[in-house]
Amino acid sequence: METVKKHFFSDMGVMLGRSMRHILRSMDTIVTVCITPIAMLLLFVYVFGGAINTGTDNYVNYLLPGILLIAIASGVAYTAYRLFLDKQRGIIERFHTMPISRSTVLWGHVLTSVISNVISLAVIIIVALIMGFRSSAGVLPWLAVAGILVLFTLALTWVAAIAGLSAKSVEGASAFSYPLIFLPFISSAFVPTDSMPKVVRAFADNQPVTSIVEAIRALLSGQPVGNDIWIALAWCLGIMLVAYIFAMRAYRRQG
Amino acid sequence: MKTMQTKSIQVKGLQKTYKQLHVLKGVDFEVEQGSIFALLGSNGAGKTTTVKILTTLLKPDSGSVTVNGFDVTSKPEHVRQSISLTGQFAAVDEVLTGRENLIMLARLRHLPNPRQVADDMLKRFGLTDAADRKAATYSGGMRRRLDIALSLVGQPQIIFLDEPTTGLDPEARIEVWKIVEELAEGGTTVFLTTQYLEEAEQLADQIAILHEGKIIASGTLQELKKLFPSAKVEYVEKQPTLEEIFLAIISKKEAM
Repeated sequence: METVKKHFFSDMGVMLGRSMRHILRSMDTIVTVCITPIAMLLLFVYVFGGAINTGTDNYVNYLLPGILLIAIASGVAYTAYRLFLDKQRGIIERFHTMPISRSTVLWGHVLTSVISNVISLAVIIIVALIMGFRSSAGVLPWLAVAGILVLFTLALTWVAAIAGLSAKSVEGASAFSYPLIFLPFISSAFVPTDSMPKVVRAFADNQPVTSIVEAIRALLSGQPVGNDIWIALAWCLGIMLVAYIFAMRAYRRQG
Repeated sequence: MKTMQTKSIQVKGLQKTYKQLHVLKGVDFEVEQGSIFALLGSNGAGKTTTVKILTTLLKPDSGSVTVNGFDVTSKPEHVRQSISLTGQFAAVDEVLTGRENLIMLARLRHLPNPRQVADDMLKRFGLTDAADRKAATYSGGMRRRLDIALSLVGQPQIIFLDEPTTGLDPEARIEVWKIVEELAEGGTTVFLTTQYLEEAEQLADQIAILHEGKIIASGTLQELKKLFPSAKVEYVEKQPTLEEIFLAIISKKEAM
């Protein structure tokens, strides 16, 4: 008997097509992922912004990196939600009893998460441009920014996968994202950290969001990035690796 | 039709423990090709665990399990090519339409003409009118029909149905029974679990009763009836229902 033929790429295409349909057919996903960060952008720029002193004359430029991270954090919650539903409804079991490349089930969700987040980030950046966001960065720094954002999305997507696969309820599946959405507030995303009390500042300076925000901000404004980019990359890769290991463990438990 | 002697499924000494819980304590049974086999048992008897092992979702702790001639542990890929599973809950993608669900499954099975396969299935299961509606709008019975149609894409030789009629109204239940009978007539082996004794009585060629991790009785309905002679006192001869047989055997076991 010959070995069973695997069709990784064709199976992957089917899985990806399926999740993309899910995204395009649930408008609330697009609305929540894009509208909330845009609303925050408007709120902070036109309401609070006048009272916030960041030492720059363009607060949109200052704010945008943090807003993008918030968008990613809320975007991945839907990945957890969709994975949870697949698990609960027996769809993962159905796929796993078929002669397909099993890993494509999970990778389909992961790639979908990246694509949908890239779409919402693009929308938010366009809105920011209308609000006066300007960047002097050339092609290479922009590519570096894109790379960091995709890496951050992947890292959080694998965290979302753990939540989606091990949750017992829909609420549980997406609850993990609330602290992630709040993390940028206790960082240099909205205000410089030197105005914060000592303890809070110590936390803010050393949590992943600050280094990622600083790295993106420096890249977009054509400033030297210094160590921040390496710290940011280390955080993203570290989170991604640990989350990947735990997510795969949770995934294998699905049978 | 049912004279073929080949075994679709062979299970010997199957054991499975979850953490501390000894779910299967040495299960043995065989399923003839093209027959309808019912695994009967109350909730928690180990029916779903058995199905999960047979469909390669769980690994057995010990014992040998062969499906369509392939060992589930060493040749899971081959087993997956021969089977399909319809689980306890209709595993349909609710965001997709009925047609899209079927096309997706046909693509995953690498069939040459997915659209045609979908059209044929929709017609066969009376879903043509609802083909382009999201599955979320389907009734319970329609959802179950779509679910079974999805399982039949690619014509697997062995179909596993884990409590296929649980939660269905009587009408939808009879529909499912009809589908199962048609499948067996077409030569497909059907393995179904159920807690409805009437269902096993109606459909199954072979019945095995799983109780507390062991098969405590198995055979055809006629054979099981012989285990439990009908009462003699009455003027009217009364045939025991499968329910009576089931309850009698279980209480006998528990008394021991």
